[in-house]
Order: sequence, then C-alpha cells, then structure tokens
Amino acid sequence: MDLARYILRRALLSAFVVMGVTFLVFVVAQVVPSDPAALYAGPRPNAEQIEKARVTLNLDAPLPERFARFAVSMATGDFGVSYKSRRLISQDLRVYLPATLELAVSSTLLALLIGIPAGVATAARQGSWGDRLGSLGSILAVAMPTFFFAMLLQMIFASWLGILPLSGRLSREISISDPLPFITGFNLIDAMLAGRPQVFVDALWHLILPALTLAAYPAGIAMRLTRSAMIDILSRRHITAARALGLPERRILYGHALRNAVGPALTMIGLSFAFALTGSVLVEIIFAWPGLGRYVSDSILSKDFPVIAAATLVVTVCYVLMNLVIDLTQAVVDPRVALK
Amino acid sequence: MTLLEIKALSVTFPSNTGPVQAVRRVDLQIERGSIHGLIGESGCGKTMTGMALLGLAPQGARIAADVFRFDGMDLTTHAASLRGRRIALISQDPAAALNPVLTIGRQMDDVLRTHSAQPKAERRVAAVALLTATGLAGPELLLKRYPHQLSGGMQQRVVIAQALATGADFLIADEPTTALDVTVGAQVLALLRKLVAERGLTVLMITHDMDVVAAVCDRATVLYAGLSVEEGPARAILTHPRHPYAAALLAALPDAVPHGQRLAAIEGRIPSPTQPITGCAFALRCPSVMPVCHEVPPPRRGGSDHGWLCHLDGQAP
Ligand SMILES: Nc1ncnc2c1ncn2[C@@H]1O[C@H](COP(=O)(O)OP(=O)(O)OP(=O)(O)O)[C@@H](O)[C@H]1O
Ligand SMILES: [Mg+2]
Repeated sequence: MDLARYILRRALLSAFVVMGVTFLVFVVAQVVPSDPAALYAGPRPNAEQIEKARVTLNLDAPLPERFARFAVSMATGDFGVSYKSRRLISQDLRVYLPATLELAVSSTLLALLIGIPAGVATAARQGSWGDRLGSLGSILAVAMPTFFFAMLLQMIFASWLGILPLSGRLSREISISDPLPFITGFNLIDAMLAGRPQVFVDALWHLILPALTLAAYPAGIAMRLTRSAMIDILSRRHITAARALGLPERRILYGHALRNAVGPALTMIGLSFAFALTGSVLVEIIFAWPGLGRYVSDSILSKDFPVIAAATLVVTVCYVLMNLVIDLTQAVVDPRVALK
Repeated sequence: MTLLEIKALSVTFPSNTGPVQAVRRVDLQIERGSIHGLIGESGCGKTMTGMALLGLAPQGARIAADVFRFDGMDLTTHAASLRGRRIALISQDPAAALNPVLTIGRQMDDVLRTHSAQPKAERRVAAVALLTATGLAGPELLLKRYPHQLSGGMQQRVVIAQALATGADFLIADEPTTALDVTVGAQVLALLRKLVAERGLTVLMITHDMDVVAAVCDRATVLYAGLSVEEGPARAILTHPRHPYAAALLAALPDAVPHGQRLAAIEGRIPSPTQPITGCAFALRCPSVMPVCHEVPPPRRGGSDHGWLCHLDGQAP
C-alpha cells in the first residue's frame, strides 16, 4: 500500500538521520580542544590521574572501535557520567526530559489549536476588521521577544488577576509536603496514574503560561501560513463546486479547504517543536521550569561533553519521531503526499 | 410551464479602468423538463450567467436584471437558499471540481448529509444507488477511491451523481463534455438526457459546441459577448440559424464542411468585456456587416418562439 511504503521510507530516512548525528557528535568530541581525560580527572589533576581517566574513558583504543562503543552505549541509553556532577546522565535526563517534553508538546498543541483556526477564520473573512486584527496579532506574536511575552503574561495572569501560578511545575504544598510518586516524570500523567485529580489540575495550571509563551511564535507563523494557503485554496473550482452543491460554509472551510491548506503550517509547527526542546532556556529560567534547555546550556558552559552528546542525540531522536508523526498526519490528510 | 425566467441580466465588475461587463444583457426562458442550451465561445459569459443563477458570482460582482425568477421566486433574494436544494451545478472540468484530498465516498456523503437527515448507512446505500444511476460500475469500490484514481469520464459521472444527490430539480451543466473525448462525451450526454426523462429534471446546458445542442437540447440561447443574440428551438437554430454569429458557429462544425476543406472558423475575437458596445456586438466579425451595424443596436426580430437581434431582415447568408 502507498501509505505503508511511504511511512517505511520516512522511517528509514529518520534512522539515517539519527545515525548521521551520532557520527557527527562523535567526530566533534574528537576535535573539541579540551582534553576529556583532564576534565574527567577532576580539579587540578596530576599526570597519573589523567592517565587513569584516559584508561577509564577508553581514550586509547583505535577510533573505529571507540565509535562503535560510543554508538552502542548511546543506543542502549548508557550516556555515561557527567564530567562535572559525576551523576549518571541517564538519570538526569529521566528528570529533565519529561519536563521539557511536557512543555514542548503542550506548546506545540497550543500552536496548532490557536494558529490554524485563526488562519482559517481570517482567510474566510479576508479584508475584514477581524482579518486585520488577526494579522496584527500574528505579527505581535512573532515579533515580540519571548522573555518579554513571558513577563507580560506573568504580570497579567499571575500578578494582577492572580488566576494562574507565577512559575514552577507544581504548587509548593504539593511538591514539598505531598509529592507525586515519580512514574513517568510527566506530572500530568503521573497525577492521573496516582489518581489525584487536584494535582492534575495544579500541574495543568502551571503549564499554561510557559506553554502559551512558547506557542506564540509558531502559532503566529502557522496562522499566516494557513491564511495564505486557505486564500489560495478557497479560490479553487472544487470549493465553488462544493458551494454550488449547497454544502454549509463551515464544512467547506474545515472539511474541504483546510485539508488542502494545512500542510505548510504542520511542517512549520514540527520544526518549532525541535526548537522548543532545547531553545527554551529563557522560558525555563523565567518560569523556573527544570528542563533540558538549562541542563544543556549549563553543560556547554562547563564543557561537559558527555552531557552535550547525550542531549544532542536525545533531542535528535525526539525531533525525528515528531517529524514522523507530522509526515504521517500529512499523508493521512492529503493522500497525494504519499504518492510523490 | 416556465421554470426559469430571466430578462436583461447583467453581471458587472466595477474597476478603476471602467466597468468589466462579464454579462451584458441575457434573456433566458427555460421550460420545466427541458434541456436548454446556452452556447457561445470562450469568455462570452456562460459560466458567469450560471454563477449568477446560483448566487455565487465572485466578490465585487454587481448583478442586475429586470426579471430574475425561478419557479415564482425572485433569485436576487432566494439564490442562496435555492442553491443545492432546487438548483445544483455540474461544474466545468470535473478534475478540478472534485476535491483532490477527499475520497469519492466522502464527497458524495457530504452532499447527501447536507440535504437529508438519513443515518450514515442509508446515505451509503443512496450514494451507491446514485453512482449506479450515472452508469458507474463497482460503486462500492469507487467510494474508497480518490478523484485522481478515476478517468475523466468517471469523474464527470461522479460530479453528475453529486448534483443528483442534492435532490435539485434544476441542474446547470457547465460544459460537461468539454474535458472528455468524443465517445465518452456522447455517453455522458446520453446519460443526462436519460436522467432528465426519468427524474423530471430541467437542465441548462452550457456549451461552446453546436454538436451538443444538436445531441440533447430542446431549445437554445446563443450568447455573444455577454449578450443573448438568438433564442429558439434547437432544431430551428441548427437548421435555420438567423443570427450571423449562430450561422458562423454552425459553419465551423467539422461535418458542416466538405472533407479536406478548411474550417470556416470565425475570424477575430469577441470584444473584451471592458469594451463598450455601441452598435451590434458582432459587427466587427460579421460577414454581412452594414454601416448601420456599427452605430445602432440591432432590433429584436422574429416571434416569441424564435427571436434574434439583427439589422438584417430575413435569413442569414
Ligand atoms: N472575478 C472577475 N472579475 C472580472 N471579470 C471576470 C471575473 N471572472 C470572470 N470575468 C470575466 O467575465 C467574462 C466571462 O467569463 P465566463 O467564465 O463566464 O466565460 P465562459 O463563457 O464561461 O468561457 P469559457 O468557455 O472559457 O468557460 C470573461 O471575459 C472573464 O474575463
Ligand atoms: Mg465557462
């Protein structure tokens, strides 16, 4: 079947991408100027300590062997130990990755749910006041710096109105006095698994402002892409034909035109998901969100290469998976995609 | 009984360089249960006339008419509510008229659920019946297909089935055979005639081909540069065209010319819709043009059954 073949092709391509990135990360590790053994050996090491570290880190083996070991350990989730904290990187990721994914996924969903209907609505009323207002909104959403938008939201919803929490992932009463058991690391899911609806609501409330902040940019762009694609599609003959058959305008917009028009916006939102995984440092800082972005930027500053390598690969895999989901969605929405 | 009556319909687009007259002055009178041809060359306003009837003229269009009545109702106010209920369109170019990303089943069902409260299973049965009625084999399988997986003839039949699915009794068929090869086109025309007889439909058959008029139409209106220049029984127009333009259209038919002889194609082009017309619209291309044709609009001649606009008194050469 076309669809199955298409998915297989995309999956193979994704596997190649992951392999390529693994290789790149390894190569970069060979050329970074700082000596990993010296870093691993701790502060002010002597020659003997460095030599010992060199053996522990297996730095003397021939390159192909080292790459093979590296690839195998990455694939099995054994990312090694942070040079700096000496903690297992996989354990750190267990905490930071779910926090980041929770934020990235919900902001991506928000971008979809705001950007695409807004694009449809403005295209349907092209030239009206609503359309102009929407365009202004999308420009603001795209142009406003993230930190400023974040602080604006905090000011309005946390300080003035007091209806949403300022920062953090959970209220202090919960996280300190009655913490959630760590099951998946996703607070929303863990709260459901633990059967604690109040905690679920609390986690959701904490998620809204940072997710909205991250969603602003992709939502703005998705709206513009959807709007222009819709305007093009709405002038097609099959839309006139659907109207001439008496179909209600709502079904024409969402059931007929949007399916032809949603492709570019979906692609764009998929790309912004990748960005949200590590590019959200500012948002994580402002909202005290313990995510991957801060973890990685700290490790960059301390040249903690194993952490950088692990994070790079994990992000690559997340992104590639997200892209597969988007490709699959595109193929289902528009069957011609699978035929190209 | 008259189902559709139009007098002096015009569709104008105001623009900076003066009005664009897509339709200048069209009269139409269509009897219930008949197939009425609307014939003219590309750009003369056939599609726009149909769109005006459906209330789907593009944004910015100004529609005016002395009489604009469908079954006793004024179309200026009722077009939107009649659309898809009493009046449906068989769109020009079926490949473009079907949504490329939706299955045939979904596109049939969308029409059916708009116009009836039947449950899904019954609508499916209805869709299969309609596809069968339009002569499509294996309708169940077809429901799962996408438009690009169908031949042009099959697509045209699907578009016809969609129009039937609305339950409308007046169909506007916009060049239903232009995109098809001759044999398939003839089959589609035969199908339409059969459906008209079986279901008591009325059809406005838009075409640029006198052969189509000859094949299925009861009466016809000849359109030139947004003007209806001749109207009458199809047979009369085909055998004794009165307007020189109708005569020229007829002479351009391949089998009207002895074998090997050049087609008597009409020299020149129709006046552009931005061009004001002072005398007769056809004067610049007319083989029997007289000085008066450039200055004075031609009078209406003939009777109520067969009428035409021409300065010539009598038969066209
Ligand atoms: N939106 C518009 N604004 C201005 N003029 C238009 C618009 N749409 C169509 N026209 C003009 O109206 C005239 C009539 O067009 P119409 O589509 O009705 O022609 P037609 O007889 O159906 O031709 P064809 O055989 O090519 O389909 C054309 O000259 C066209 O340029
Ligand atoms: Mg046309």
